[in-house]
Amino acid sequence: MNASLNWLADFLRRPLDAVDAARRLAMLGAPADAIEPLHAELGDILVARVVSAEPHPNADRLRVCRVDDGSGELKAVVCGAPNVVAGGTYPFAPVGATLPGGLRIEKRKLRGELSEGMLCSARELGMGDDHQGLWELATDAAPGTALLAALPLADTRLVLDITPNRPDLLGHKGLARELAAAYGAPFRLPVLPGSAGATMPPPRREASGGAVGGVRVGIEDPHGCPRFVAAVIRGVRVGPSPDWVVRRLATVGMRSINNVVDATNYVMFELNQPMHAYDVARLHGPAVVARRAVDGELVVTLDGVERKLDAGMTVIADAERVIGIAGVIGGAATEVSDATTDLFLECACFDPSGVRRTRGVLGLNTEASYRFERGVDRWNGAEVLRRCVELVQTVAGGELVEGALDLWPLTTHPPRIFLRPARVARVLGVELPWHAIEKYLVAIGATVVAKPDDGRMAVDVPGWRPDLVAEIDLIEEVARLHGYDEIPTELRRSRPGERTDDPAWLAAAHVRRGLVAQGLFEVATLPMTAADGDDAVAILNPLSATEGHLRRRLLPGLRRQAELNWAAQTRDVRLFEIGTVFLPAEPGGPPREALHVAGIITGGRAPAHWTDPAPADVDIWDLAGLFEAALGWACPSAHIEPADGRLLARLDDGDAAGDAGQLEADAPRWASTLYGFELRIDAAPHAAARYAAVPVTPASMRDVTLLVPDELPVARVAAACHAGGGALLEAVRITHEYRSADLPAGLRSVTFHLTFRAPDRTLEAADVDQAESRLLMQVQRELGVHRRDQGATAPE
Amino acid sequence: MTDPVPSDDLESLTARVSRVATLDASALDAEKIAVLGRKSGALTRLLKALAGMSDADKRRVGASVNALKRDFEAAFAAREAALDEERRQRERRALDLTMPPRRRWAGAEHPVTRVVDEIVGIFRELGFTVAVGPEAETEWYNFGALNFPADHPAMDLHDTLYLDLPPVAGERGGRVLLRTHTSPVQIRTLLDSPPPVRVVIPGLAYRNDPFDASHAPAFTQIEGLAVDDGISFVDLKATLSLFARRFFAADTRVRFRPSFFPFTEPSAEMDVACQLCGGAGCAACKGTGWVEILGCGMVHPRVLENCGVDAERYTGFAFGMGPHRIAMQRYGVPDIRMLYEGDMRVLTRLAPGRPAGGGGP
Repeated sequence: MNASLNWLADFLRRPLDAVDAARRLAMLGAPADAIEPLHAELGDILVARVVSAEPHPNADRLRVCRVDDGSGELKAVVCGAPNVVAGGTYPFAPVGATLPGGLRIEKRKLRGELSEGMLCSARELGMGDDHQGLWELATDAAPGTALLAALPLADTRLVLDITPNRPDLLGHKGLARELAAAYGAPFRLPVLPGSAGATMPPPRREASGGAVGGVRVGIEDPHGCPRFVAAVIRGVRVGPSPDWVVRRLATVGMRSINNVVDATNYVMFELNQPMHAYDVARLHGPAVVARRAVDGELVVTLDGVERKLDAGMTVIADAERVIGIAGVIGGAATEVSDATTDLFLECACFDPSGVRRTRGVLGLNTEASYRFERGVDRWNGAEVLRRCVELVQTVAGGELVEGALDLWPLTTHPPRIFLRPARVARVLGVELPWHAIEKYLVAIGATVVAKPDDGRMAVDVPGWRPDLVAEIDLIEEVARLHGYDEIPTELRRSRPGERTDDPAWLAAAHVRRGLVAQGLFEVATLPMTAADGDDAVAILNPLSATEGHLRRRLLPGLRRQAELNWAAQTRDVRLFEIGTVFLPAEPGGPPREALHVAGIITGGRAPAHWTDPAPADVDIWDLAGLFEAALGWACPSAHIEPADGRLLARLDDGDAAGDAGQLEADAPRWASTLYGFELRIDAAPHAAARYAAVPVTPASMRDVTLLVPDELPVARVAAACHAGGGALLEAVRITHEYRSADLPAGLRSVTFHLTFRAPDRTLEAADVDQAESRLLMQVQRELGVHRRDQGATAPE
Repeated sequence: MTDPVPSDDLESLTARVSRVATLDASALDAEKIAVLGRKSGALTRLLKALAGMSDADKRRVGASVNALKRDFEAAFAAREAALDEERRQRERRALDLTMPPRRRWAGAEHPVTRVVDEIVGIFRELGFTVAVGPEAETEWYNFGALNFPADHPAMDLHDTLYLDLPPVAGERGGRVLLRTHTSPVQIRTLLDSPPPVRVVIPGLAYRNDPFDASHAPAFTQIEGLAVDDGISFVDLKATLSLFARRFFAADTRVRFRPSFFPFTEPSAEMDVACQLCGGAGCAACKGTGWVEILGCGMVHPRVLENCGVDAERYTGFAFGMGPHRIAMQRYGVPDIRMLYEGDMRVLTRLAPGRPAGGGGP
């Protein structure tokens, strides 16, 4: 909502400081997104009178003027405007002044004649499009008066952020009411310049049909249009609006159309009631009826667009056709034009959700629909109409034929709410005296009847506050008017909650700490992607086709990040992400969600250093180590098994919990292989570590080198070692693998470092010899694997 | 009888003891061999000569030779130690510790994670625990239970992404959507746990907003909820002011001003004095001197009732803020999209401290 500071000052009958007013409005719930001084750039411009205007000796179209700018010395000004005349008063930019466009006026010669300043058109001063000639000022101000002082141009626009619960603040009167409460000052509807002060007889009340000024009026859709107040003015002269109306509308951001349309808009911005004026001569019937549209009915709206209507929409129609879409936009057919003499003025109330639906279907958000959606005061139509009639008559003349007609099928009253001051204290934490509570409620326009005997107040809320429906709404009003600043900020006793931290959150934090320690950076990509599988969950109204689905896995997103890094010439990339993935829904339910972690690595195994300028690139073993570590943090109950060049994490029940391997990616030649893993994060609490006694007896070490077939997993050899080594074999560590053409085909040489230990004694060499030979027998018997130095090639 | 040990030998050897301290490393080695060498060292020879002497001579000469030997050994040891120390000093001088150290790859939590963790940490101290919930929700959890009136302009602030799934049946059902705020977890928490409840709720929220420099269709929110007998607006102000002083700076000024959220009443925005201009007004705070940090309010009685909580007995407050936005302010990130990308150059710059190894080229 754009508000004019001058307009608000008119309501309060006192000057307002923009910054202070904005601060007070902010503290009442309507903060300013911007405070924009208007026309401040005209500060250099003066009012000047042209004393003489002679033809330029060297140019047909130019004239040399003698200009009185109040300095006591007439200035010579060369001017090309056709309308400059001796005795005329115009805006004048003296030497040294800067125009709104940034042009700085200097003394210079034009076709040989000195020019000491510039007489200005309205457009040159940013005051409209008129560039036909100089801006002819209608002012009595003496030459030399600042233009801003001579004309009430200076205003400040407050760009206010109005919350959807406060439709009343979409009009200046509502804002003035708040400021009046803040300043402790009265406020009153401003006097309209030039108004004779219209009086209007009380409107005639009818249920759903009647006539005014010879126009039949009806409500056929009382749900969509609960109230309709109308009047007819005859004999208006449609033309341009006076400057003060044009300027006010410009301040709030509306373009001037003509004096009648401007008057309806003016009243809307003043009283938050959208109005509409119809040309009576163009009404068929003549009739104006609020009814439901017929499916497929067409109307050309004021913006010149033909729109197709449906039966869910409320429209305004004459005897034959739709002439307006209720609460959204008027129709072109009955639009007020320069030829219009008789007006039908509509001040109606339309159903908020109906208007919301209609403007949604039509994709047409207007100042009117914005207000009706939020709710206008349905008990104030007659007063608004009176104001509109007064303004129309002031700016366009005309006669009110008779009093207004007020159609109101279902009479209602604004709600009465009971407020318990004890409840105010309980919610706000501070005791407020009854009279203070009453004062605040009166300030917002409520009528209060105190009933101390039953501990409550009966509060009749004003019609312009559709947001006030329950006791808690009034408590908020009390807090707001009392001032949030006035409520103490003191830490009082509180009880902690019983709930424990969510295990999924703790598990994620655990995984995150681990991966950061592994030198990976966390990223958080968007969960929306292109479909990455048939069963990806689709978004009904996506931002774009490439973001039309929810991710099923994190790795594709990370792979894109690797490519992004490569595009930026970054070779070493180490990233991980923890996030939700979405799996197909159970029938009739929402999608299943799972918390995943994924990581990628590519580039050097370590940062380059002068002792090792080209460290080796990460390989599958770096990935396997990372995967093993991540599994320990994310999903410790799973185990890893190889599958076709990749690693799988499996739970005991056989379900997959994740995988790891090389990733296909769009990599530049200089990039190293990209590896990645993804794992489900298991929120089950991890088993705490248990202390096992540190051995006190010495260990005995042996190395054995075995010839292991290429296809035989070394893990099976190690298992066989354990089986054969018995209780004395504490650990088996693989220390070397050697592949060579020197070795028999299909075999590799693997060195196992064996640690033997007895917990209760120092082992003798004979004990170890015995255990080692049992071990070797076991691997030979079970796997056919021999020691490398024992003629393994010789078949037995 | 002739003296078996020429006394001038002893004398000249004695004179050599004092010269040991002036020898360089190679001369020292040579002198050690010349004096103490097992075969032909001068002292060795003297000691061997003792064998042919009378007992009296042995005692007399032996004592002086042995004393001389001890003197030599001490002198050699001292000289060796001194030379060692000189060598170590030379080595120390030659070690250029301005050469770059050997670093390891260092990682970092995402900047938004760090902000969330810090916020969570502060509220944990105040007795809050962490709750999380699903990101796909039904309309009831996201809107209805939170007192959003159907068909109301308040919904315009929540441009919703709906999923292409049939509506969920039941009174807690409705169309399936991506939650527009983390507030549905407030509902789930209240349905699960009787008061006293004190939880903070971090998580992703989704809006149908185009992805540009200041908007993202998915962003992190963190909410808080405290419900108990006797909680009032005073507790809200005190708790959140304390939070602001902990999170920003001990002298941070805050203000609460009225606002509107369907699920709280009274509702408020908490502003903190602009950190850039100190409250004087600048471009960052749009000239107001204040920066909006979080929305908050007293839990609307209808929300409590929707969760089966006795709204006459229990009251509470709730709040919510946007860690993405806070991270942008805190780390000076000019474009929110940077926080969704894995650009190692950006992540390295945003990492805490000096990340060893770095990321970018």
